[in-house]
Amino acid sequence: MVGLVDVISVGLFAAALRMATPIVYAALGGIFSERVGIINIGLEGTMLASAFAGVTASYYTGNPWLGVVVAVLVGGLIGLLHAILTVKFVGNQIVSGTGINIFAMGFTAYMSQIIWGSRGASEGVRGLGTWNIPFIADLPVVGPIIGSHSPLVYLMLVVTVLSYVVLFRTPLGLRIRAVGEHPTAAETAGIDVLRVKYLCVILSGMLAGLGGAFLSLGHLNLFTRGMTGGRGFIAMAAMIFGKWMPFGAFGASLLFGLADALQMRLQSLGLLPPQIILTIPYLLTVAVLAGVVGKARPPSDYKPYKRE
Amino acid sequence: MAPAVEMRSIVKTFPGVTANDGVDFSVEKGEIHGLLGENGAGKTVLMSILYGLYRPDAGEIYIDGERAEIESPAAAMSLGIGMVHQHFMLVPSLTVAENVVLGREPTRKGLIDEGEMLERVRASCAEFRLDVDIEAPVHTLSVGVQQRVEILKALHRGADILILDEPTAVLTPQEVEDLFMAIRAFTDQGKTVIFISHKLREVLSICDRITVLKRGKVVGTVEASETDMGELAEMMVGRRVVYSFEKAKVAPGEAMLTVEGLEALDDRGVPTLRGVDLEVRGSEILGLAGVEGNGQTELVEALMGLREAREGRVSLGSTDITGASPDERIRAGVSHIPEDRHKRGFIPDFSVTDNLILGSHREARFTRWGFVIDYEAAAGHAQALVEDYSIVTPGVGTHAGNLSGGNQQKVIVAREFDRNPRLVIAAQPTRGLDVGATEYVRKKLLDMRDGGSAVLLVSADLDEIWALSDRIAVIYEGRIVAVRDPAETDETELGLLMTGGRRG
Repeated sequence: MVGLVDVISVGLFAAALRMATPIVYAALGGIFSERVGIINIGLEGTMLASAFAGVTASYYTGNPWLGVVVAVLVGGLIGLLHAILTVKFVGNQIVSGTGINIFAMGFTAYMSQIIWGSRGASEGVRGLGTWNIPFIADLPVVGPIIGSHSPLVYLMLVVTVLSYVVLFRTPLGLRIRAVGEHPTAAETAGIDVLRVKYLCVILSGMLAGLGGAFLSLGHLNLFTRGMTGGRGFIAMAAMIFGKWMPFGAFGASLLFGLADALQMRLQSLGLLPPQIILTIPYLLTVAVLAGVVGKARPPSDYKPYKRE
Repeated sequence: MAPAVEMRSIVKTFPGVTANDGVDFSVEKGEIHGLLGENGAGKTVLMSILYGLYRPDAGEIYIDGERAEIESPAAAMSLGIGMVHQHFMLVPSLTVAENVVLGREPTRKGLIDEGEMLERVRASCAEFRLDVDIEAPVHTLSVGVQQRVEILKALHRGADILILDEPTAVLTPQEVEDLFMAIRAFTDQGKTVIFISHKLREVLSICDRITVLKRGKVVGTVEASETDMGELAEMMVGRRVVYSFEKAKVAPGEAMLTVEGLEALDDRGVPTLRGVDLEVRGSEILGLAGVEGNGQTELVEALMGLREAREGRVSLGSTDITGASPDERIRAGVSHIPEDRHKRGFIPDFSVTDNLILGSHREARFTRWGFVIDYEAAAGHAQALVEDYSIVTPGVGTHAGNLSGGNQQKVIVAREFDRNPRLVIAAQPTRGLDVGATEYVRKKLLDMRDGGSAVLLVSADLDEIWALSDRIAVIYEGRIVAVRDPAETDETELGLLMTGGRRG
């Protein structure tokens, strides 16, 4: 049982933070969208498309930061598409989101074939590398866990705090919450409901885009087919588990990240068949949702809003 | 002096309906102006135009003599127009203060300046003498207090012209008095109030002048001091309306519904029925009076088998039905007019025929070979009911959702009463209906009583309880606190009982 003790190490927690990062981004994206009453089930596809776009941009320019910018733009564009379909044309939110997921899956594989001659994976590109945070990186225990990560991990921490501040401390946040919960009340208070919805759904796509950029540029430095592996859906679970609150979603994502990290480590021990170990994060998702569904009160009824 | 509001030749049509058909409407500064009319007369549409929620197809608006284009609520607010809607425009999870400043929040360095926000809202509370806990989340407040928040919100935004849409519909008699005092105080401060209502008595007691609308047109504007209920009713409906029913004296029969110590939880799991004891006899209407939210909804659901009874007994005649399913109750002779007709009363996307056989669709007369619905028989039955109950519909195949509210309710009443029930549970049976349909439904309830049925009438409308009940029970915080003979009580006593001011 020496193996199991080795699994619980500082390395595990560092990996958990890393694995949680894309989930946090997508969950925050989900929060902004659902807080204005639009379900964004397309987070998965948005992340995938952005992961692909980021790698492509880095591949052609050699600049991974430009890749991040492109990934965020692509995420924002997909968010805009979702907003046009669901807000302007009052289309079904699930159909639009599912369409985004299917399209992203097929399109990225197809383009990968065209650019790199392989449906499975791209060539390696320049990634973002890691930052060593001076002083903190040298601390015992804490240092190895949070001292040395991709810059997008640190950005994720900042974005989580910012999301909280925006939602709960600014006029915009108050309006976002009002729009989701009672759009007619917001409208009669002089708020442009549709504009707030557009803004938040686009932002939702951009945040998922950052999650995608982390996967491809902050983590693997290449694109592989279906590399999001259901993290967009896990992010929705984290969002619900975290009660649509940024810090709640952050905590829930850490839990899922830990499950992911644990799964990777257990695999290397070879105690159980890898197929079984791989299911851990997904089983956790099911278990968590089974425990909270029904008790979680969504911030909106997600009904389409039409101005008379 | 120019009138505070002048609307000239306003026309507004919706697909199939002309809601406002050349309406001229004028309100003097500082007056309380009643806007009276039946449901569907166009009152709310006219005021929604004034508040910028709808654009008129034709017509002009002048505010203080100046031509105004009101394209949005924001534009209306900047002209000093505020509106308190029938359905409150408050965000439940936000606090009172947040709701009041929503859309014009004080900020410091980009963040909401909490201290400044509270200070400003508190100042408004003091200025307009409206007492509320401004840091409480709105969903924790009673309906009456929420309405005060709505008024506060409008005045805080600088409203000089305050539109109140059916403000008394949800209030207790005492709360109505408070509201009227507040309204008079506003006009003393030079503000103008437009009071939308279909309750004649209230309009007469609070308003200076009254404009009556009927089918999208102005019937006339009268001074409140120079008119009476009879004249107003005639203007509204176009004919004399019977305001008191001739109730035949009928000796009550045996106990039909007996409820003993009934307890139940509400949707959030809070004990809401806390030991209800109640008896309704045959040939009797028992009116259940109470402020909404004191367990009426849960009681009706528990009686219909839609909500689990945790304790206690419900009997129909001598049969215990405490654990019976809704279907078993229907077959035992219980009929139900639900309070939310869209949710529980009928299915809007089903035809009139389908709605009329719901619940009895398995009976042999509507089936062939025991399992296929016989639509011919169903349609014939529906046709007969449409005629018996004077349901206005293009045909029995029309979607029930396309009928007017009154006719939708008639469909429900026809279906429920056609079963010859031993017990009728009628929850808010005339809510949202116009005078004609209200009169009709009330008469039908009396017919059921005269025919020997027991009727439990749950209504937020005290006038309705008065008009129909043989006995009045008052529910407060999940218990029946008193049962009264209508001849031996008055509105003040009932009001006190309803608000827990006095124990029976």
